[in-house]
Amino acid sequence: MDLSPIWLTLKLAGITTLILLLIGLPLAWWLSRGRAFFKILIEAIITMPLVLPPSVLGFYLLLTFSPKHGFGKWLYESFDVQLVFSFPGLIVASVIYSMPFMIGPVKSALQQLPSSLAEASYTLGKSGWQTFWYVLLPNIRPSLFTAAVLTFAHTLGEFGVVLMIGGNIPGVTRVASIAVYDSVEKMDYASANNYSLVLFAITFVLVTGVFVFNRYHAKSPLA
Amino acid sequence: MIRINVEKKLNAYKGQQVLQINRTFAGGGITKIYGPSGSGKTTLLKLIASLTDPDQGEIIVNGLPWFDSSRKINLSPQKRNTGFVFQNYALFPNMTVIEHLQYATKDTEWINRLLHLGKLDTLATHKPDHLSGGQQQRLAILRALAIKPKVLLMDEPFSALDSKMKMELIGELKLVLAELGVTALIVSHNQQELELFEGEVMDFEGIGE
Repeated sequence: MDLSPIWLTLKLAGITTLILLLIGLPLAWWLSRGRAFFKILIEAIITMPLVLPPSVLGFYLLLTFSPKHGFGKWLYESFDVQLVFSFPGLIVASVIYSMPFMIGPVKSALQQLPSSLAEASYTLGKSGWQTFWYVLLPNIRPSLFTAAVLTFAHTLGEFGVVLMIGGNIPGVTRVASIAVYDSVEKMDYASANNYSLVLFAITFVLVTGVFVFNRYHAKSPLA
Repeated sequence: MIRINVEKKLNAYKGQQVLQINRTFAGGGITKIYGPSGSGKTTLLKLIASLTDPDQGEIIVNGLPWFDSSRKINLSPQKRNTGFVFQNYALFPNMTVIEHLQYATKDTEWINRLLHLGKLDTLATHKPDHLSGGQQQRLAILRALAIKPKVLLMDEPFSALDSKMKMELIGELKLVLAELGVTALIVSHNQQELELFEGEVMDFEGIGE
């Protein structure tokens, strides 16, 4: 069995999760504060990948990143960057596709913390960032762990978006889910079964891990 | 001295109500504020600490404008240096007793003194969920004192303490407040609770129609 689709999938999921931890946490914090209408709009846009068919999202990303027009053309002409049919393109698409899995649990957890925790920190002279880092984040650790694992697992299972934006280039964009589809098309059921089993095993372990962790750790910080 | 003359609209059960406060609190002393539930006592403290903003008016502390709607001055809570004891304590579940104090100040000597004052020396490495209600309340008071505030705002600060502990803590607390020259406002719905403190008494009724 060619293991490169498995490694590529794990690499894609790992990088996507890291990027979403970096940009998703501040974004979730920002969204958790205040009730401005434009925040609701942004949250709705972030949540769209949960309900849109992945092929629709992939189609729009393909159009956006196409080097022939618009934003993709500007990227290509200004920075010689072509995102379609490339691994970086897969990363960008995965970040957008998996964003609700990071933002949703983290934002909900932050909103459930009593506002007096942040207020107490402010009266001690601490800035918003210090409060976020030292008080808020440590008290939503179980939700943070759940969000990171779900983001990773969800990226492992991507198909429609990666097929649209990345195609099926061995070693570059051919992730495990594409390899399964490709093997079935070639009537190579043995390979399809191998890739499927590996994906099944990894996601089963991850999801079970989340449930086990939540059973023992995910209690309210004030309980 | 704290001079407060503000107005704030509040969304309440009976519809929108207006909280109007026009008071002066003596500097360097203790003011005991009594009033029924829902009269706006907690909001008064939050207005002074900048945890909520007035719609209009001014708050002057020791001659400095902390809030002035006409001049668009509004100091952040970080810049007001007010110690705040929350009614629900607002302790940080992830921090131990000593970490609460270390988060507020780097002064080790002061931290040790506060631990002694609150009789929490032996519980320094315990987290809030391993403390009794009274111990949690003492920690909330110590944390507010850790920043050596010029203004101390306490919302029902002794409700979970037994009478012996209350008497001991208040005795020590009075010394520390005098030493720091703190202007302290203590809110309670129970007059007996604060009778151990000498100070100005204020019956508070901030909510109007």
